[in-house]
Amino acid sequence: MAEFTLPKNSVLIEGKTFKAPVSAKNIRRFEVYRWDPSSSEIPRIDTFELDMDSCGPMVLDAILKIKNEIDSSLTFRRSCREGVCGSCAMTINGKNSLACTKAIDSYTGTIKIYPLPHMSVVKDLVADMTHFFAQYASIKPWIETQTPPPADVERLQSKEDREKLDGLYDCILCACCSTSCPSYWWNSERYLGPAVLLQAYRWLVDSRDENTGERLDELEDPFKLYRCHTIMNCTDTCPKGLNPAKAIAETKKLLVQRKLG
Amino acid sequence: MAINTNRPTSPHLQVYRLPLTGIISITHRMTGVMLTAGLILFVYVISALAGGADSYAAMQEVMNLWLLKLVCWGFVYALFFHLCHGVRHLIWDAGNSFELETLNRYAMIELVASLTLTLMTFVWGYYGL
Repeated sequence: MAEFTLPKNSVLIEGKTFKAPVSAKNIRRFEVYRWDPSSSEIPRIDTFELDMDSCGPMVLDAILKIKNEIDSSLTFRRSCREGVCGSCAMTINGKNSLACTKAIDSYTGTIKIYPLPHMSVVKDLVADMTHFFAQYASIKPWIETQTPPPADVERLQSKEDREKLDGLYDCILCACCSTSCPSYWWNSERYLGPAVLLQAYRWLVDSRDENTGERLDELEDPFKLYRCHTIMNCTDTCPKGLNPAKAIAETKKLLVQRKLG
Repeated sequence: MAINTNRPTSPHLQVYRLPLTGIISITHRMTGVMLTAGLILFVYVISALAGGADSYAAMQEVMNLWLLKLVCWGFVYALFFHLCHGVRHLIWDAGNSFELETLNRYAMIELVASLTLTLMTFVWGYYGL
């Protein structure tokens, strides 16, 4: 059910402020969401003033600087630092993105950093992705076939058929889109959300997959698919420039076409 | 060390900045609710019309209150806004115009169209065609 306000244990309070060294000339303020499961405190916003003259260019660099030099307990996920692993997805100034591909200079004023919206927080900027990945597994993200494999070759695909997967296979499952979607906020227990639906469509249009009918049966559900109300936050926020809303619309079209025969 | 298993929910509406399409989407839903509620007023007007000269005069007095005039024009705007975004939904349902570049442009067209239609209705209502 839609709950527009935060539960009591999730309401934010003001936290600590860490001033920049006096010698710093080029200062930026970063407000970062903090929650520590080993304390009994509620979440807080800590403010860090950083000297930009000794900081890398990306938002992830700033977060790393905080962890390395100011507060080593700051917790977040990161790995590739070049936008292909999807680990450092977070809400930066009101929009979900990858901290590693967003330049600090692309924002003005204070930079506000929160974990992905409407998720259960494990610690600081780390959200619990268990449910998200369980939903991903539920759409069977692998090739399913009825026919026996060809004797001497792989299951081949024409260039044209391969091109149909462009803009779909590129998804890195960072969950920026799903957690930007108000429909997913209110109904994530039953609505699959844009990221998983884009993946579902990726297998629907794969020329090598032979389970299209069953896949469509699974998706034909008022909640799993049809909670998409074309709000378009997903397409707006995708850090890879993909279009989950369009993939969902195409899936709906496939279902209509199947009905009309 | 005791671990607090009562995990907080991360902020959502409180911190997320809805893009124009998102704002229009929620407005579409709100205008839908407003239109439904407005029908009560509409039924009142119709039944007053059918009730003869006395009830007509009473209704006119009520409807001439500035607050109700405002509600009336709000209803007209909500109607046109809902209509314009409804057309947008039809285009989407056909699988068209999902491209990121077109989203804001279409949103602006919707807003301008709904305002223009309201203005045209206003001019038509007060000055005739």
